[in-house]
Amino acid sequence: MTDISLAPRPVDSEFASATQGAARSREVFLPANSRRPTALASVWRRLHWPLGIYTTPVLILVVWEVAGLTGILPPMYAPTPTDIAATAVQLWNDGVLGPDLAISLQRAGLGLALGLSVGIVTGVLGGFLRRGEYLFNGLAQILNTIPLLAVLPLMIVWFGIDELTKVLLIAFGAGVPMYLNLFAAIRGVDHRLIEMARTTGAGRSRIVTWVLLPGALPGFLVGLRFSLAYSVLGLVAAETVNANQGLGFLVTQAQTYLQTNQVFVGLVIYSILGLLADQVVRILERVLLRWRPSYEAT
Amino acid sequence: MTAAAVGVPRQQTGVVVEQVVRTFGERTVLDHLDLTIDDEELVVLLGPSGCGKSTLLRLLAGLDRPDGGRIEVPVNRAIVFQGDRLLPWQRVLRNVTLGLRGPDADQRARKALTDVHLSDRESAWPKQLSGGEAQRVALARALVSEPELILLDEPFAALDAITRVRMHELVRELRRAHHASMLLVTHDVDEAIALADRIVIMNSGRIGNAHRVELSARDREASIAREELRLALLAELGLANPH
Repeated sequence: MTDISLAPRPVDSEFASATQGAARSREVFLPANSRRPTALASVWRRLHWPLGIYTTPVLILVVWEVAGLTGILPPMYAPTPTDIAATAVQLWNDGVLGPDLAISLQRAGLGLALGLSVGIVTGVLGGFLRRGEYLFNGLAQILNTIPLLAVLPLMIVWFGIDELTKVLLIAFGAGVPMYLNLFAAIRGVDHRLIEMARTTGAGRSRIVTWVLLPGALPGFLVGLRFSLAYSVLGLVAAETVNANQGLGFLVTQAQTYLQTNQVFVGLVIYSILGLLADQVVRILERVLLRWRPSYEAT
Repeated sequence: MTAAAVGVPRQQTGVVVEQVVRTFGERTVLDHLDLTIDDEELVVLLGPSGCGKSTLLRLLAGLDRPDGGRIEVPVNRAIVFQGDRLLPWQRVLRNVTLGLRGPDADQRARKALTDVHLSDRESAWPKQLSGGEAQRVALARALVSEPELILLDEPFAALDAITRVRMHELVRELRRAHHASMLLVTHDVDEAIALADRIVIMNSGRIGNAHRVELSARDREASIAREELRLALLAELGLANPH
């Protein structure tokens, strides 16, 4: 008590000037286009992020190219981007790349189709039915904790070194995240909306098709994103083991003969597959989630 | 009374609630509550937060079951919740047709939207609507099935004062066109006076006094009778000092 009363009180004039200072700093808002853009500003705007999200990758490619040409990066470690592109064209013309790519895409497509089908069917059953949850959920959680790469040796023992192992590995990679995300998405639909739909007299099938499935769509697309990414991962893992065709085979073979440029061709194609998968999901999101105004960063 | 007779309806219209008990754990929320609502009557259930108003409404809606007593309501009933509870992924028209079947569903939904003055917004997404518009769509969704009983759970509580007054006018207008019993739950004394045929006060799980309101629309806005009613209601809610 006494301590407080003995403490020096803030001087009134000091206090007043502080508030006055705060009052003096003000903000004025005008229409965004009210300031006439100067020539410099318009040039700056045009140069500003001209390539969108690909600005950084392109910048890295340019630096890489320059570093390669000036000899800072030896071609043995990292051939220049133009060299990689030339190698890709050459491999294509030699009739190596085309069939390899086709067989890889076929594997990825089969694996994805299988994994997504199983993931979606079990996810829907698990999401809608308590019995489905008891049947599938524990198993999916266990499978989710097993790394994809750790299953590979077991699958080779079980299913041999043929196509089946590769397709199943990709399906495993795609199916588990689809199940988990779809299950969580269906269970996460706002129960107040379901309750409301019941009171309007909507039947069970209408509640499923009008409320639960559209409500689970954002989560489904998250699952699809993971599934596509993991399927590419599964593809790489499956193909680097005992393949005699496909992109992975190309990469392994190139590695054996120390043809770094061919290794890079394989990596570039894998990354393009990943990018394409991402774009597909983006387009699906834009079409299917039109109702959801999303956050646009400045 | 035999056990078989309990499940048989006794009345053709309206709502009958007899000796209803609802407990959550140790807490008795509804304690042998009685309430009847006549055909086409608008009853306002007024009470402080947590007095069990919404619990009673959920029982009438069939969203919850009583622990004791008996409730009798029409099968064809609708609810308007405090939030609009529109499906964000369906356009306005589809939100109204949610519970409808048959080829004339769209036509009926358009008529209901016209009744709430939103005929030009049928293809909007719910996220594009203002709070008042969204709640009007929710009203249209309730009206479209031509229910015999409409339950309104603080439907205008989240709206601003001006919009709320407009909604009261709309409710009066809708009552002329649609013939249904209504139960409106609110904690707003002015809203109760503006709309009710009868105001019942709810306190500690029971229905207290009832006030029949037979004022004209003008007298409901400003009159001596209105002020007397308002003071009486405030006193019963335990807010004796109005100033």
